[in-house]
Amino acid sequence: MERGHSPWSDAWHRLRKNRMALAGAILLAVLALACAAGPVFSQSYEEQNLDLGAVPPSAAHWLGTDTLGRDLLARTLYGGRISIMVGLVATFVALAIGVTYGAIAGFLGGKTDAVMMRIVDILYALPFAIFVILLMVFFGRNIFLLFFAIGAVEWLTMARIVRGQVMSIKRMEFIEAARALGLGRRRIIFRHVIPNVLGPVIVYTTLTIPAVMLLEAFLSFLGLGVQAPMSSWGVLIKDGSEKMEEFWWLLVFPGALFSMTLFSLNFLGDGLRDALDVRASRD
Amino acid sequence: MIRFVVQRLLQTIPVIWVIITATFFMIRFVPGGPFTAEKAVTPEILRNLEAHYGMNKPLYRQYLDYAWSLLRGDLGPSFKYPTRSVNEIIADKLPVSMELGLVSLAVALGVGLPLGVLAAVKRNSWIDYVCSSVAMVGICVPTFVLGPLLILVFAIHFGQFNASGWFGPMDWVLPSITLGSVYAAYVARLTRGGMLEVLSQDYIRTARAKGASETRVVLKHALRGGLTPVVSFLGPAIAGIVTGSFVIETIFQIPGIGREFINSATNRDYTLVLGTVILYAGFIIGMNLVVDIALVWLNPRLKFE
Repeated sequence: MERGHSPWSDAWHRLRKNRMALAGAILLAVLALACAAGPVFSQSYEEQNLDLGAVPPSAAHWLGTDTLGRDLLARTLYGGRISIMVGLVATFVALAIGVTYGAIAGFLGGKTDAVMMRIVDILYALPFAIFVILLMVFFGRNIFLLFFAIGAVEWLTMARIVRGQVMSIKRMEFIEAARALGLGRRRIIFRHVIPNVLGPVIVYTTLTIPAVMLLEAFLSFLGLGVQAPMSSWGVLIKDGSEKMEEFWWLLVFPGALFSMTLFSLNFLGDGLRDALDVRASRD
Repeated sequence: MIRFVVQRLLQTIPVIWVIITATFFMIRFVPGGPFTAEKAVTPEILRNLEAHYGMNKPLYRQYLDYAWSLLRGDLGPSFKYPTRSVNEIIADKLPVSMELGLVSLAVALGVGLPLGVLAAVKRNSWIDYVCSSVAMVGICVPTFVLGPLLILVFAIHFGQFNASGWFGPMDWVLPSITLGSVYAAYVARLTRGGMLEVLSQDYIRTARAKGASETRVVLKHALRGGLTPVVSFLGPAIAGIVTGSFVIETIFQIPGIGREFINSATNRDYTLVLGTVILYAGFIIGMNLVVDIALVWLNPRLKFE
């Protein structure tokens, strides 16, 4: 007897065939693991060695040291921790706001939906990055404010996507069938609607993480994001770009690691989109 | 069409009003003021300074005064540059940023459109893969990594360009490539997607059946429909180029309005912050409006949605 395939196992099968997406996922796992566990094993990220100063990559310091003699590998791994954490937490904030808002608008429909989505349209037209910059300048470089500010900017597209999905699923026959079978509203929502919204949400979440990390690095580069003694890839790139004339490695390695992470996330996101067969959103 | 434009114009008025009001009160409730940085200011001088700028009046009064002068097109005096008005500062710095933005947009479209069309026409060939990979690189290497790298290679190592400054067209090259590359990449991807969708439609087959040459089919028949996603991306792209210019102007030390905006916020130069925010908001909202109108012009069916 032949076993049936669930849509999820089909998607997994398709994803496994996509080499770039798979390479992205593996690279991402390695990077995340290195950032999570690396600082435990490697040299201290804040231990200074002023006599040493900035030295190019060597056996003792694989990526070299910065002008204060701190090990760049340790600093890059530690900075990666913060960057990845900002990426995940701020994306989660955006996800929570966006999915709730979009689902409510989609479910209720009618006038409520029209008003809610009009608000999203208006917010879309606002120059949000400018307000994030103002917020960060005015209210200090608080990392929780950073999560909130970035999350508050990035939820709009998620709300649109979820609303569109809920609207179209609501009208499908299998929902009608479920209702005809006498299922309760809660069961319909959790058992039938949400699993079908999950695909686009997963895909878009994967693509939001790099956008968020980019915004954090952008702010840090302007000196408005993560503050010393904490460090993120944006901070390291900023420091590196100031000293690159003499010490190229300070710019090149953090920049390369950051770009590689963005690469992996984007390839994985694109792969997931193809695998889960999510039609590209029009926005 | 005119009704649509007027309707959209009317909708932007409350939005701009909200932005002005929110910014005005936000900067006032922030700790620190324009005169706190200067150390040796005695209370008497501080009072005189505040009186000079009308800051001793109640806040609502200041708001109304500001709104009134704004209606006459006057953005007020700058707090940090005592002899200059915000209008003068903007008139001085804006042209530089406009040049940077326009050249970057030209790079984005000039590189992105041909790459996208080429990739769509030669679908699944090595040309397509090369174009798509180049686009992915453009998306994943952020401006603040690319900019310093370009300086390192082309200004410091080869000495072809100046590392900073804004004196002539040679100085436009590195900053506009840095700022335009991300958008060139997105434009290429969107053009490819849009063209692929259009190229499989019936009217393209009709054009081919009539014997139109392949170049004519692609450039005359397909491009107009295939451009829709690119045009709708132009709104976000222009907003992104504007905010991206903050970083670019810092990296290449370009005396534009973007750097002035960041400095004014750090200095609590109330009127200059407000002036630049109004400028940016008005510009971005105006551009979104133009994009919406262009979309309806490209695809009249949208008018009824």
